[in-house]
Amino acid sequence: MADLLEVRDLRTYLHTSHGVVKAVDGVSYSVAPGQTVALVGESGCGKTMSALSIMRLVPKPQGSIVGGEIIFAGRDLLTLKDEEMRRIRGAEIAMIFQEPMSSLNPVLTIGRQITETLEAHSAVSKGEARERALELLRLVGIPDPVQRLSEYPHQFSGGMRQRVMIAIALSCKPKLILADEPTTALDVTIQAQILELVRDLTQKFGVALMIITHNLGVVARYADRVNVMYAGKIIESAGAREIYENPRHPYTLGLLRSVPRLDQPRKAKLDPIEGQPPDLWNLPQGCSFLPRCRFAVGKCGQEVPPLREAGDSHRSACWVAETLQQQTVLSS
Amino acid sequence: MAQTQNSTLNTQNSILEVRGLKKYFPIYSGLFAQRVEGWVRAVDDISFSIRRGETLGLVGESGCGKTTTGRCILQLDRPTAGEVLFEGQNLARMADAALRPLRRQMQIVFQDPYSSLNPRMTVGQILSEPIRVHRISPDGRRYEDRVAELLSVVGLNPLMAGRYPHELSGGQRQRVGIARALALEPKFIVCDEPISALDVSIQAQILNLLEELQERFGLTYLFIAHDLSVVRHISDRIVVMYLGKVVEIAGRQELYENPLHPYTKALLSAVPIPDPLVEAKRERVVLGGEVPSPLNPPHGCIFHSRCPIAVEECSQRVPEIREVRPNHRAACIRV
Repeated sequence: MADLLEVRDLRTYLHTSHGVVKAVDGVSYSVAPGQTVALVGESGCGKTMSALSIMRLVPKPQGSIVGGEIIFAGRDLLTLKDEEMRRIRGAEIAMIFQEPMSSLNPVLTIGRQITETLEAHSAVSKGEARERALELLRLVGIPDPVQRLSEYPHQFSGGMRQRVMIAIALSCKPKLILADEPTTALDVTIQAQILELVRDLTQKFGVALMIITHNLGVVARYADRVNVMYAGKIIESAGAREIYENPRHPYTLGLLRSVPRLDQPRKAKLDPIEGQPPDLWNLPQGCSFLPRCRFAVGKCGQEVPPLREAGDSHRSACWVAETLQQQTVLSS
Repeated sequence: MAQTQNSTLNTQNSILEVRGLKKYFPIYSGLFAQRVEGWVRAVDDISFSIRRGETLGLVGESGCGKTTTGRCILQLDRPTAGEVLFEGQNLARMADAALRPLRRQMQIVFQDPYSSLNPRMTVGQILSEPIRVHRISPDGRRYEDRVAELLSVVGLNPLMAGRYPHELSGGQRQRVGIARALALEPKFIVCDEPISALDVSIQAQILNLLEELQERFGLTYLFIAHDLSVVRHISDRIVVMYLGKVVEIAGRQELYENPLHPYTKALLSAVPIPDPLVEAKRERVVLGGEVPSPLNPPHGCIFHSRCPIAVEECSQRVPEIREVRPNHRAACIRV
């Protein structure tokens, strides 16, 4: 099947007072219709900028997309006029943000925020929009939807607000939802509720989903494919099962090995990734992960490793991907 | 490291005891906020003890009262009722002036290393301030030596003393926060979510550091967190809180192998495991509903409104916490 979204060599730079930061530095990936893809990385790795680039919502004037293509349903979003992009944003591609309190409008009722999206993108009457809003609130499991429709965001708990965000995202039957750390601000038991809900609804309606997260654990249950980012680049990309069983980049391997796991006996000592997260203003020559890498060889300090085949539909940007010990996290 | 299971809970061995601790916060109403309209029962009659040299994990979701418990132990918030016995002395009844010398022995590491360090002070000033306040080392030259020593103890370059917090990464800032807590050579440290604001790749570094320091200086920790996999890793014993109450207390291994309280079971099953194969086989207990308001907690068992095994009686009777298995206490009538 043709890909729904194909990002090719995307470059999004931020112009700061300390110089130019290559927040997204030549990133390529794709999302098939109905697929769930995870974009994993730490703060500052460029994962959010990558999603904002798809929506063409990169903050101006500091940020700008300086190169690449974003092909969505056959069209390059980067060549569209603002007016055309506005028709896609919220309708064909929707976004769920991390902090539901700051992404909902505090002075509009929940009902108005849902109907606003509907009215902007389709020719519905006020009554029809209200009916649809009610139906959406029921769908995302909000009790007393009739009453809740006329309430304001501050009257909702964090979990309920995130459900409202999901309702708004689904309102125009999008083909793709970008979820940026959708559960990071929520409690553990509520996280589970929200993730199960998102999975059920995207499956039910055949919506493709891109989950952006810093937590590899969160997406193991939900993702079909995982892309790992580090310092503005995708450094590993593989099917979910493959990447957890057979990581081929030292950073992914390190992330998997450093977290304590409830399903395994307790280790006497954790095995962390040494060093500090990369300083984007001052990246080392060659591979950005070099200063923290245990497997580095001479070449790593000279040439940036390209993202290349390292297995069946598995790509890794590491010079020693092939010889990287085949140790799964399970055997450690 | 600590004695994990000690069949007789004897007070000689415990460094800290919390007995019937309550902390209620008033809700004011009216134009000039004069009338007390109600009380938020942030912590509602909890008891536990911490043994010398151990790490006691305190877990629960936001709003369950775990941070307030930590603050009440250190008397940063004064308890509404109950006792906090630190080496036999009841801190809850002590005047501020009498407390001050004891504060040297009890320190705290905060969650957010961005907001808990003064941005206008250098790392050196941040670390020497507690030493100056407590007049431990009067000679100016020796402050610098002590600061350098503290920095190297937490794995930072002593040259960092001249830097400001904004020049450091999150992990480095948290190391400074830990060094500040160590400056007065305390016996007991409350670690309030010390790694949850940090990047995943840095979290394990800080956990290892905390364990090394515990061994090196014989520290006792109260480790407050919401992440159960982290809590299992670092704790000897674990207290689970829900809505201001303790619902379960057990040794680390016992709690994870035989969780008794339905809330603990739900919390454990909500923890994601970074392995699609394991996840595919896993049954998940997804709790319905949300944590009720501590302003108006449910009658009877506080958990009954979300509990998958609740019966009629649960909504009427408050379950006592009792020893269900050896050294394993739970507050549930169904176990």
